[in-house]
Amino acid sequence: MTAPALNETTAAAAPAPGRGFRLPGSDLDRQAAVLAVLIFVVGIGGWEAVVRGFRVPAMIVPTPSAIAVSLWKGLASGVYLHHLWVTFIESLGGFGIGAAAGLLLGGIIGTSPLLERAFYPFVVSLQTVPKVALVPLIIIWFGYGLGSKVAISATIAAFPVLANTIVGLRAAPREEIDLLTAYTASRWQIFRTVQLYQALPYILVGCDVAMVLAVIGAVVGEFVGAQAGLGFLILQRNLYFDTAGEFAIIILLSGMGVALHLLIGWAHRRIVFWNPRSVQGPSAH
Amino acid sequence: MRDAAAPTGASGTAAPTEQLLTVAHLNKTYAARGGGRIEALRDINLEIGTEEFVTIVGPSGCGKSTLLKILAGIERRSAGSVQLRGRPLDGPTRELGLVFQTPVLLAWRTVLENVLLPVEVQHRDRAAHRAKALDLLAMTGLDGFAERYPFELSGGMQQRVSICRALVHNPSFLLMDEPFGALDAMTRETMNLELLRIWKETRKTVILVTHSIPEAVFLADRVVAMSPRPGRIAEVIPIDLPRPRTLDVFTSRAFGAHVAHIRDLFGMAGRLDE
Repeated sequence: MTAPALNETTAAAAPAPGRGFRLPGSDLDRQAAVLAVLIFVVGIGGWEAVVRGFRVPAMIVPTPSAIAVSLWKGLASGVYLHHLWVTFIESLGGFGIGAAAGLLLGGIIGTSPLLERAFYPFVVSLQTVPKVALVPLIIIWFGYGLGSKVAISATIAAFPVLANTIVGLRAAPREEIDLLTAYTASRWQIFRTVQLYQALPYILVGCDVAMVLAVIGAVVGEFVGAQAGLGFLILQRNLYFDTAGEFAIIILLSGMGVALHLLIGWAHRRIVFWNPRSVQGPSAH
Repeated sequence: MRDAAAPTGASGTAAPTEQLLTVAHLNKTYAARGGGRIEALRDINLEIGTEEFVTIVGPSGCGKSTLLKILAGIERRSAGSVQLRGRPLDGPTRELGLVFQTPVLLAWRTVLENVLLPVEVQHRDRAAHRAKALDLLAMTGLDGFAERYPFELSGGMQQRVSICRALVHNPSFLLMDEPFGALDAMTRETMNLELLRIWKETRKTVILVTHSIPEAVFLADRVVAMSPRPGRIAEVIPIDLPRPRTLDVFTSRAFGAHVAHIRDLFGMAGRLDE
């Protein structure tokens, strides 16, 4: 009777699922990395050559080298860092407030069929409003400072978290709820022992989308009315036909977006460690 | 139909068994799409004694799982009564242990945390039950796995964890819905033997649903054979095979006679559905 048990023990001592794929995958990964660098070098080199060869005015399309110089100067002087910091804080603040609001509202709606039905038409109609159209209004309400950008960012970021929370709270398998019910669990116990955990992968995917949208919200807000931030700086550079400067700022923005996306992906892997399907992390939208 | 109420004493122990569960005139109908009604269970009468091992066998659609869900308090009955030691049983009870076909372990909890789930939900003394949980894990050959996560365990090991979870709070009866249906044949035989050992050691009443006739006969004091559409009890068959039972039982004449008899009952050969 112990022999089969022993066999099972050794079977389970083998590497956990997912880890075993590293070896065959690593070759592919290395090749892909080499190819990516190659694409980058050829692309940038080609760009440089075309702009120089055809004498394209720097105002229309600058050379990559000019962009790099602008990026370096802006970073060294501290100008970019100051504005980057402003946009970063706006995005993060907007994300935090928006995600928290989405989570709370989604939690309330997702656990009550009555509230879900009552709220649903409003959620849908609000979701169809292009949030960017609210920006001028929000600037009137919150002023030209940091507050309005955080508010815009939060408004945009809230929706994916809200929607995914509602869906996620429905994701718990029937059997897990049945099991808890049979063991005399209350509705609140079922919510916090099962439904909340099953919703986490959905919520985190919503957060990933929200993070990207929060940055967009902050930059759009800065376009409409601001005294600082990378969006504000882009408009300023645009006014002086400093196209290389604009590109440099766009690179900064995308760098910030990637960093924030990776942060969410890291959090996702840490929080939902048990779900092999979500270990890959959510993809960007 | 034989008298379902008669305790059999077939397990060899002559001790008189007291009644634990009494199911009387139980009916279950569902509202069908388009306004009709579907009769899932019709007039189920069953008495189950303490420490008895009862298996329920029948083809798909005979309502055997529905019956189990009603006993577990997950589904409501339409008519009739269920009594636990003479008291009406109208919903979930703290005296129940439950095992599904799949382990249904919570993936974000360690093995030990999963086993302690009923203790936690029912606000029982966690510290006191921790030792019990570890004992159960040792008894099912899972010592050393308490801090592992379910995805690190094989299917058979996961199902053992779910059996430990069903026993940790010392319930008076165990409901098992095709508990080994998802396992391969080899593991399944081992699990059957282990279940009999656990049953002997813990003295629980077990009600086990299966669609394997040999499994039903091998485990049971009594086999409840059900027929479909609507689900009814076709016959209750006392199994007089001596205990403790080993895999040799499968080749005995008496065993073969019981299996053949139940097969005849369904007018089929071998497994009932799938």
